Amino acid sequence: MNENYINVVLADDDEDDRLFFSEAFDELKIKTRVSTFNDGVYLMDYFNSEDAILPQVLFLDLNMPRKSGLECLKELRADEKFNDVAIAIYSTSSSEEDVENTFVLGANIYIKKPSDFKSLKKVLSDVVTLNWQYHTNGLNKDNFLLRL
Amino acid sequence: MKIFVKFDLHSVCTKVLENTLNNTQIKHTMLGFGEVDLQGSPSKETMEELAEKLSEYHIEIVQDQKSILVQKIKDTIIDMVFNEDNNLHVKSSVYLSETLDHSYGYLANLFSEVTYTSIENFIILQKIEYTKQLILKENLSLTEIAFKLNYSSVAHLSTQFKKTTGITPSSFQRIIAKRKELLKK
Repeated sequence: MNENYINVVLADDDEDDRLFFSEAFDELKIKTRVSTFNDGVYLMDYFNSEDAILPQVLFLDLNMPRKSGLECLKELRADEKFNDVAIAIYSTSSSEEDVENTFVLGANIYIKKPSDFKSLKKVLSDVVTLNWQYHTNGLNKDNFLLRL
Repeated sequence: MKIFVKFDLHSVCTKVLENTLNNTQIKHTMLGFGEVDLQGSPSKETMEELAEKLSEYHIEIVQDQKSILVQKIKDTIIDMVFNEDNNLHVKSSVYLSETLDHSYGYLANLFSEVTYTSIENFIILQKIEYTKQLILKENLSLTEIAFKLNYSSVAHLSTQFKKTTGITPSSFQRIIAKRKELLKK
């Protein structure tokens, strides 16, 4: 029932970022299963398909072609089916306006993309560990806001 | 019309547990802290039926000894943070070790092994979650909350909030308020 791994999804159009991300997760203490998507359209197609496995945490790049992270965020938060998915915005921007705006639209986590591998690992570890606490302790996800 | 309700999670869960036990006709005594004494040993089928009924409410029967102790640590901490009558002036390490009858070192190691976080961080997380609740539901000021949760100063609470969540208490409040406005539209 309470399986000891976390399902994680990343949508990012940058191939290097996707690779770094998967590698960083491989090295964490918490066991994770990572799936990646190349843009928002692929991501939403998968999420809306019947056999989709919803992740505990979704990492969304803000700037993607075809469908941006912001559009995905709005669509996901308009559908109750995705209530249990914690949404982490994963972006190069750190403008106060972007940060607050995504939180207001229902994002739980805002991550400024770290520039080196070591900080990426630290950040991702912090996110999954905290999310794990919310998940296993029945904390109120409506109040889950984290900025890194 | 809109109404607001306040509920005590602990009593809700205890009530659900008790009702379910009564429904499955298992004779039992509630011991508190998520512990129940069952009379005799019910058959495997009865236990499976109970587990299934409880899973509806996401209540899980804890199986191994380590998880049981970790759950007790969590329950004690939550009770310590949320229950105002408790004397928070005792150091939490002393309180935990006395309540659970194990050395603090043992409890701390076990806790980190099972939960991926430390007891200290878990206490901070619970306090910050409680702070969020108090800001939103009771409309308390940070000064009142700092006093209630035994922080030495408002600055200390405010710093810990920022350190744990990455945002300040006032932007937290603003974001949640804006979300609610957005929902009304």
